[in-house]
Amino acid sequence: MHKIWLIIQREYLTRVRKKSFIIMTLLTPLLLAAFMVIPAWLVTISDSAETVMVLDQSGLFADKLEDKKDLKYLPLAGSLDQAKTVYRETDNTALLYIPKEFDINKPEGVVIYSKKNTSLQTQVRLENALEKEIENQRFVASGMDRSTLEKMKANISLTAVSISDEGEKDNNAVVTSIAGVAGAVIIYFFIFLYGVQIMRGVIEEKTNRIIEVMISSVKPFQLMMGKVVGIAAVGLTQFLLWIVLSLIVVGGVQSAFGVKPPPTPIEQMASGRDAAYGEELDAEAQAQEDNKAAKMVSEGMTAFSNLPIALILGCFLFYFLGGYLLYGSLFGAIGAAVDNETDTQQFMFPITIPLIISFIMSYTLVLKNPDGPVAFWMSIIPLTSPIVMMVRVPFGVPAWELLLSMALLVLGFIFTTWIASRIYRVGILMYGKKINYKELSKWLFYRV
Amino acid sequence: MSILKIDGVTKRYSNHTALDNVSFEIPKGCIFGLLGPNGAGKTSLIRIITQITGADSGEVYFKGERLKPSHIKDIGYLPEERGLYKKMKVGEQLLYLAQLKGLSKDEAKTRIKEWVDRFEIREWLGKNIEDLSKGMQQKVQFIATVMHEPSLIILDEPFSGFDPINANLIKDEILRLRDRGATIIFSTHRMESVEELCDYIALINRAHKVLDGPVKEIKDAYKTDTFQIIGNGQLMITSPDFEVLEQHDTHGVFRANVKLLNETKPNDLLAYLIKRVEVHSFVELVPSINDIFIRKVTETHHA
Repeated sequence: MHKIWLIIQREYLTRVRKKSFIIMTLLTPLLLAAFMVIPAWLVTISDSAETVMVLDQSGLFADKLEDKKDLKYLPLAGSLDQAKTVYRETDNTALLYIPKEFDINKPEGVVIYSKKNTSLQTQVRLENALEKEIENQRFVASGMDRSTLEKMKANISLTAVSISDEGEKDNNAVVTSIAGVAGAVIIYFFIFLYGVQIMRGVIEEKTNRIIEVMISSVKPFQLMMGKVVGIAAVGLTQFLLWIVLSLIVVGGVQSAFGVKPPPTPIEQMASGRDAAYGEELDAEAQAQEDNKAAKMVSEGMTAFSNLPIALILGCFLFYFLGGYLLYGSLFGAIGAAVDNETDTQQFMFPITIPLIISFIMSYTLVLKNPDGPVAFWMSIIPLTSPIVMMVRVPFGVPAWELLLSMALLVLGFIFTTWIASRIYRVGILMYGKKINYKELSKWLFYRV
Repeated sequence: MSILKIDGVTKRYSNHTALDNVSFEIPKGCIFGLLGPNGAGKTSLIRIITQITGADSGEVYFKGERLKPSHIKDIGYLPEERGLYKKMKVGEQLLYLAQLKGLSKDEAKTRIKEWVDRFEIREWLGKNIEDLSKGMQQKVQFIATVMHEPSLIILDEPFSGFDPINANLIKDEILRLRDRGATIIFSTHRMESVEELCDYIALINRAHKVLDGPVKEIKDAYKTDTFQIIGNGQLMITSPDFEVLEQHDTHGVFRANVKLLNETKPNDLLAYLIKRVEVHSFVELVPSINDIFIRKVTETHHA
């Protein structure tokens, strides 16, 4: 045990002290911060008060276009040519021309002139403003006013409640899906990133020829497991640092720049409505919209807090480690079977296939039908269960299925570790021989 | 008393036999040469002794006990293919390998300090292995092999890769370790390189032990009672007791290889010569281990 501990320490320390590890660990939260800050910053740049000059020869829109804090209207008079000359001498965004013969029943002929191409956003906003004013005038013409119409509008959102033996709970398919898929994605990447590191580590020991020195001191199994566990610790450290650093960076960015983090889909949906109509709605409707957005957010929050957080976290840790151990030792065995990394392809294939399939399935079939037969079997079979079961857990999985899946995963990684250690102990001393599957299967039963 | 006893060891791989019923003993405190051409089975045997692999049949006894995992810390092994972690610092690497051999951290540090002072490589401790020359790496690896003061040190092709100066340094260290009570096994196919160092040898060819024993006894057994004589004068040997195998004469100087027959002694030959010529040099022609090996192998082939 003492020797395994020494090996774990070395594997851990040499990796954690590498420049690439430090850079990756620091850079990722910074990139995350950049993703937050840069779009927000870009928005503030493009939103810096635009001024649109308006030449309204029809007189229909005079004083009707209201200034917004980032979009101002500047009325002009005179002919179009004069207006163009005036516009050219200014820094204003665009010149909006409404011809004399403009008719609210046949709204055509409006032109926007600009020195640069006008942004789509500006164009849409101008169109919206004009459309709204035209609608207002049409309402007036037909004897209605807009506030009456707003009162007639209906808004409804369903509150989803799941009924189970423990009582009723609010649920939210979006939040549940996000929770499940996030866990699955992290496990998928962890297995790949760090599994390949195990493989590289073994190949390195083989090509450096230190392997013979090592296994005259320790058992091949100790060396392999030390590497697997040490690299797992590296991965956990990296994830932990990412979480902590991200929280710090995000907090720092928020307080320094006063920007909000990128909106969640729910917030986006809510604010999307805001952008389209909100500004132009009257106070009552605005309040209604706000209420709706707030309700959705709060529903999301309740749905999240209604998820079995402890169960999800527990399952995450279990499947995270179980999946890693299951695949990690196999990656180690591949490293032992080959002489260099270019030879790994043929053996990587059967390992990556179940991973990729379960990854794709978890997005599609499993998410669509978390209790269907595909989801069931894939979450029971150890090769796919670490990823698929994570997607299912937030939706609720019967205890016996969960226990069966976990038990099989434990058996699974004991089995793959056994296979791997058999291949490993033969492979590490084998040089210059092209290995195929037939050869590998023989190694399983070699007496060493 | 023997430190290591190889008893009927056989090792087979899927398509060839690496060792076939090999037996010999290695006395304590000697330098033992495990000799044989490439592919004879030397490395297979060493891997069994170092418990990297196991024998198919037969037993190995270390200090009278059947080989077991706790013996590992009492054996030091320098493999033919040298290798260290390239990205690790010399000091850390030595510390790691010493700890794996069961030394405590403090003890390992003290030993490392002693060794780097002896080899005058203190300034290397902070360097990565990959920044050292190949000879330097070998020195570090040698230290790693012997640092835990094992009673059995196995060196596979120890002098390959060393320049003559460093080879001598290593030779001196090996002799010093032997004097302190360690037993050393040299494994090499270059028999002449270790002949002068070894007290005992075992010759292995094609998975079989060809012969083993003290170097002196083997040489005595294979000596041919042939002497090389160099001197001035006209050498004409007519006695039936001596047979001239080879003779060259140049400007009154002769060089002859003479074999003693009929149980005569070297002094008889010398007495015979002194009366006739002026003797400058009188040397027994002892067969080299290499010669013995070739003779032995051809004998067994003809047999």
